[in-house]
Amino acid sequence: MAPLKMLRKVSDVLWEIPTSFKPGMRVPARIYGTEKLVSEMDAVVFEQVTNVACLPGIVRYALCMPDGHSGYGFPIGGVAAMDIANGGVISPGGIGFDINCGMRLVLTNLTEREVRPRLKELVRMLFQRVPAGVGSAGSVPIRRKEFREVIEKGARWCLERGCGWQEDLDLTESGGCMAGADSSAVSERAIDRGVDQVGTLGSGNHYLEIQVARRENIADEELARSLGIHIADQVVVMFHCGSRGFGHQVASDYLRIFLQVMEQKYGIHVTDRELACAPFDSPEGGNYFAAMQCAVNMSFANRQAILHGIREVFSSVFGRPAERLGMHMVYDVAHNTARIEEHTVDGVRKRLLVHRKGATRAFGPGMAELPDRYRRTGQPVIIGGSMETGSYLLVGVGSGAETFYSTAHGSGRTMSRTRARKLWHGRKLQQDMEKRGIYVLSTSWTGLAEEARDAYKSIDEVVRATELAGISRPVVRFDPIGNIKG
Amino acid sequence: MPYEYLEDVAVADIAFRAWGPELDDVFTAAAAATTKIMADDLEAIRPLETREVELRQREPDLLLFDFLQEIVYFKDAERLLLLVDRIRVAAEGASLLLTATLKGERIDPDRHSLRADVKAVTLHGFSLVRTGPYWEATVVLDI
Repeated sequence: MAPLKMLRKVSDVLWEIPTSFKPGMRVPARIYGTEKLVSEMDAVVFEQVTNVACLPGIVRYALCMPDGHSGYGFPIGGVAAMDIANGGVISPGGIGFDINCGMRLVLTNLTEREVRPRLKELVRMLFQRVPAGVGSAGSVPIRRKEFREVIEKGARWCLERGCGWQEDLDLTESGGCMAGADSSAVSERAIDRGVDQVGTLGSGNHYLEIQVARRENIADEELARSLGIHIADQVVVMFHCGSRGFGHQVASDYLRIFLQVMEQKYGIHVTDRELACAPFDSPEGGNYFAAMQCAVNMSFANRQAILHGIREVFSSVFGRPAERLGMHMVYDVAHNTARIEEHTVDGVRKRLLVHRKGATRAFGPGMAELPDRYRRTGQPVIIGGSMETGSYLLVGVGSGAETFYSTAHGSGRTMSRTRARKLWHGRKLQQDMEKRGIYVLSTSWTGLAEEARDAYKSIDEVVRATELAGISRPVVRFDPIGNIKG
Repeated sequence: MPYEYLEDVAVADIAFRAWGPELDDVFTAAAAATTKIMADDLEAIRPLETREVELRQREPDLLLFDFLQEIVYFKDAERLLLLVDRIRVAAEGASLLLTATLKGERIDPDRHSLRADVKAVTLHGFSLVRTGPYWEATVVLDI
């Protein structure tokens, strides 16, 4: 439990730790969340967010979103913007090992009534079509040379092979391809780990879920309509996965490189080795950024390949092409990235490197880079809850400037996996969920038990906190009816 | 085996403590603890494939860090679940030299009681210390 006493209450959903908290803090730390959420955060969150506040070049605040929990280096839910022109650093610890772990939301024009009778068949086919679990490999063999194209082109690579629609790219952050990705900055070992994994889900908290938008869960009907939710009990598909072994290795490689140069070459001292970093404008910083962009692209391609599989499965089960099933994407959001963005700091426009680790970019209405269809609504934000409880679609809001337009990414764990597996059993959980109308298949009973609802914070409380804080606004809550897990 | 999983060190991931009288022993135990997170039943892993590993490092803790990353690497790159068959950690000038033979087999979801993909070995709370007659390692793995 967090000692609330050390936090200065700024508002009902915002708490501050001043720079006097520990030596070396360049800016205060700010934690978003209701009193309940913040009091339940583990104390490590406060240690980590104040460590982040010590990093060179950080501006305004080191931030933590309402779903925050302890991570490595940064807390999960951590956001920090570094002034590139002022020695700002890039840190793999501010991005995470699973680079561009993210969410994709896909519509259908089917209702729950139409899907229910075919649900088990659908889930079983998805489970076969989308490889999941430990070390899962994709069904399409890719040569190393091709993989280098994947990581430089991102989702576009999939489209060139007929796996997707042109509009999919417009509805993915940065068009599904980050500029500056350079495959010469990644190691052969990273390629070894990723070359067979395009189109795979992974394990842990990665999942693919069939969900329903029930009328009573629509918070804003007009916005929901603008985002494609306009049929009573409409079925959607949401999935969560990342850059797989490739991204994990890129992060591990550069963590080691930064540890070697950080102090000796750049005179930067950090209290936690997971905060190893280098100036963004340095050879090492530049190389990591180029390699990290490759991992971001791998992840966009991964989710694009999975989407293609989902469309094929739905098309096969319902006997209609995916176009006639209305299987348009709503959006694809990244959780674990660092991006170059322009923001106003003390009245001055600055070029910043915004680290978001377990946090979602949430651009408000009218902001550049948003696709035309979301200029008026704001950027769609997809927040996944636990497999038993539900998930949300939100939008970014104009008042989000406070957090560099960032918001929560999930419900956030409250319990370790080791404890969760002692409390629940996967097979029993599967049976209980089926009684409640959720059909789940997993490659691992233990893995399933570790994802039980009570191992997570309340998603409703997290979303409420983001709304009260003015960093995003809920549109609709989805109920799960089918799920596949690695 | 001389390792235990820790409940309250890593909220989202998995932490363990491993120990042994010599570096060889603690490295062997830590490798088993890492593989067991991916496949619960270590007995089911048959020694059908062999991989040799050679690593050099000045610091014993970073040597363990690198060694565990090899286990994670082979899981993705070759879909292999591996355990230590033979290992030797010895001084070589100012550095430590690790030579190991790892044995195991390709992942088989039907036989290996799979659990969770280990994404990475982290340096969060990572330690390898000599306490009395034992080396003791604390490791957090990203899941």
